[in-house]
Amino acid sequence: MPSGIKDKVAILGMGCTKFGERWEMSEEDLIVEAYLEAMEDAGIEKKDIEASWFGSCFDEVNVGKSAITLPMTLKLPFVGATRVENFCASGTEAFRGAVYAVAAGACDIALALGAEKLKDTGYGGLPDFGTAMGTFNRLIMPNATAPGSFALMATGYTSKYGVKPEDLKMALAKISAKSHANGVLNPKAHLQKAVTVDQIMNAPMIAWPLGLFDCCGVSDGAAAAIVTTPEIAKKLKPNTDPILVKALQIAITSGEEMWYTNWDGAHVETTFRAGQKAYAEAGIKNPREELSMMEVHDCFSITELATYEDLQISPRGKAIDDINDGFYELDGKIPCQPDGGLKCFGHPIGASGIRMLYEMYLQLNERAGDRQIKDPKLGLTHNLGGFPAMSVCSVAMIGR
Amino acid sequence: MVGITSFGGYIPRYRINRGTIFGAMGWFNPVTIAVARGEKSVANYDEDSLTMAVAAGIDALNGIDRAKIDGVYLASTTLPYKERSCAAIAAAALDLRDDVRVADFTEAIKSGTTATIAALDAVKAGEVNNILVSAADYRLGRMGSMVEQFYGDGAACLVVGDKNVVAEYKGSYSVSFDFVDHFRSEDAPFDRTWEERWIRDLGYSKFIPQALKGLLDKTKTKPEEINRVVYPCYFGRDHGKIATLVGISAEAIHPNMHDVTGDTGTAHPLVMMVSALQEAKPGDKIIMASFGSGCDALLFEVTDNIKKLKGISGIKGSLEYKADLAPYEKYAVFRDIIPMELGIRGEDEAWTAFSTLWRKRKAVFGLVGSKCTECDTPQYPPQRICVNPDCGAVDKMEEYRFSDKEGAVFSYTGDMLAFSFDPPQVYGITRFKGGGALWVDFTDCKLEDLKVGMKTRMTFRRKYYDAKRGISGYFWKILPVIE
Repeated sequence: MPSGIKDKVAILGMGCTKFGERWEMSEEDLIVEAYLEAMEDAGIEKKDIEASWFGSCFDEVNVGKSAITLPMTLKLPFVGATRVENFCASGTEAFRGAVYAVAAGACDIALALGAEKLKDTGYGGLPDFGTAMGTFNRLIMPNATAPGSFALMATGYTSKYGVKPEDLKMALAKISAKSHANGVLNPKAHLQKAVTVDQIMNAPMIAWPLGLFDCCGVSDGAAAAIVTTPEIAKKLKPNTDPILVKALQIAITSGEEMWYTNWDGAHVETTFRAGQKAYAEAGIKNPREELSMMEVHDCFSITELATYEDLQISPRGKAIDDINDGFYELDGKIPCQPDGGLKCFGHPIGASGIRMLYEMYLQLNERAGDRQIKDPKLGLTHNLGGFPAMSVCSVAMIGR
Repeated sequence: MVGITSFGGYIPRYRINRGTIFGAMGWFNPVTIAVARGEKSVANYDEDSLTMAVAAGIDALNGIDRAKIDGVYLASTTLPYKERSCAAIAAAALDLRDDVRVADFTEAIKSGTTATIAALDAVKAGEVNNILVSAADYRLGRMGSMVEQFYGDGAACLVVGDKNVVAEYKGSYSVSFDFVDHFRSEDAPFDRTWEERWIRDLGYSKFIPQALKGLLDKTKTKPEEINRVVYPCYFGRDHGKIATLVGISAEAIHPNMHDVTGDTGTAHPLVMMVSALQEAKPGDKIIMASFGSGCDALLFEVTDNIKKLKGISGIKGSLEYKADLAPYEKYAVFRDIIPMELGIRGEDEAWTAFSTLWRKRKAVFGLVGSKCTECDTPQYPPQRICVNPDCGAVDKMEEYRFSDKEGAVFSYTGDMLAFSFDPPQVYGITRFKGGGALWVDFTDCKLEDLKVGMKTRMTFRRKYYDAKRGISGYFWKILPVIE
């Protein structure tokens, strides 16, 4: 049995840019912005960084392939740099590289940085998957977009649990309304406007049954984390109890959901498996009782709903009850998306996984301003890439 | 005995009311009111002559062991490629053997009968046992023209062989001329036509009777023996007279189908023939004749075997399954005669990797996946390692065809963000009877028509068109069966 990552790596500092339509900022500018904040927070010098991991998804409109641009932009002195990509889970992938390097003793201090410049694609929404799925897939895959691919899970959910479509739509609207309310309190969020359930219910359809407010923002942004061993963290910041990585797990589809017929179309199997492994790694027996807060991958409202169940917090088929009870509101039992989530903070793909950790980190350090949750102990992040039937899911937990 | 052993038909679901066309363009050419009756069939935005020919072919194959087909002859003046065998693509879509002969007959709208004669000759000569002949056309008239009202889209298929013949081939007679009622030069999107009276009086009214008389004489058949005669002519009054000029009764003349499909060009003689065969009785003598650079006339005699043919949808079934196409602008956009804003999503098209397509040709064109011989699980796309988590066998697969399998809708959506010529883009998942699943586009339906659990069939469609490089790409889509 491997010993796992629990308590082996500390987060020394984090940074995150404002997400949004940063027309005046190029990807290099965003990289520098996130890096400077992280360095300030960590209190180290550039020469202390020994290796770096760079997460980006749409390399065609970012800095291109390879990780070379990261150390070139930051002028890191001939250290290692690796570009990692796992669709929308790229951010956590960069974090994983840095964390495992430190845990393995390959380096003392490592930088993980994710950045995305989606507003240069010329698309409202994500660019088409045209060449992104390979030469064979583009001959056989449907003319699908991300909203449509996840909308299939909404139809799957009502079909499996016999939920009335209007009841599901109402619950999904509450999820988005909640995230919007939280986004208002976050000066770095892309969208900082409250929206009512009524507005959401009546918004134009994007991919039935998902409407405009069921879909997250398309944004530019970057986020960074500097990680080290707990010993070095305590030495550099003697008066603080470092934030430690409690779990860092990943699960990828076996192919069953897409090509076999045992999938029920109403959940994301990789979230369930990654969550299971993360809870085991962190020693969590009852997530509904033991988690203090979480940032999940709300690319679409239905994804968040399914995640409540896939993370074993809401019982299967019963997430709507918890939503209606306010379980996941900022003042609820497990506040979800306290920073506004992908929905309002935005979703610059390569950065999102690290941005989620950033909010959990701020909350644990009592630096979340108007969003501050009382006495948080354990923060969970859930970062999902691909589609419900073909996905990669990373689940991480941090705490003291 | 050599003759027709099976037949199939395909009329696209969309029909445009001729009044809709007149409403849009009648201001320009009021004379078109004279023919603005009924409706004509219009291919969906994802259909072309090749897909329609395949659809008719699949209908005709109706249980026939595909390994028995020795060749595919396509006939069309509107195939998507000038050089690239469309019959070879059709052979792959029909999942036939490698050792087949193929040909595209493309020179005139009588090519459908030309191909039929060639197929019959080959079987008669003992060179091959079964040839599948499929004719299709995707016809375009300029906005406001008479032919815009006359032309329609469709396909029909005749399988020709020497066993279990349902209509025995008695002989043919051809006359061939460079008579230019209309023509289309290389790269021209539209036909050009000469004067209508001349076409009627010196074309249809001369060549068809000439070929009919030649056929009757050659086969020593009396005109009164003919139970049904099939020939195109979109001039309604003349159509009703032509056969009588050689003594065949007016009642024997099969309708020209103006009101229900329009003139489907190369397909039309076969479309009308299939329509006739679907009503035919054993002993009926039927003539199928064409027009276009001359006339071919073929004589058939229906046998008892026709009673054994079941499960063919044919032209009758196709005609019943219809949806209204409106407004006129939508038709014009489907046909690319008015420029529509494709936007960044509509314009985006990557190279087709032909080496990938070659390697995966059975999977892409034939919708052939694999079935694990250890656990009997069908899976698409074909796999080397079984997807069943309780199996995982390596390289224990056999080929498994999904194109002819029914299924049920597992989930679906209507996507307004994806580019579509007919928004929203509908796609989803079907789970096949017998096993296997496919995530793919739906077609020939509206979002409102759909329900989880609905029956599905698969249909061969043009999946994309790379305008920059002139590449039509094909794959399968889900056809939800709307009752």
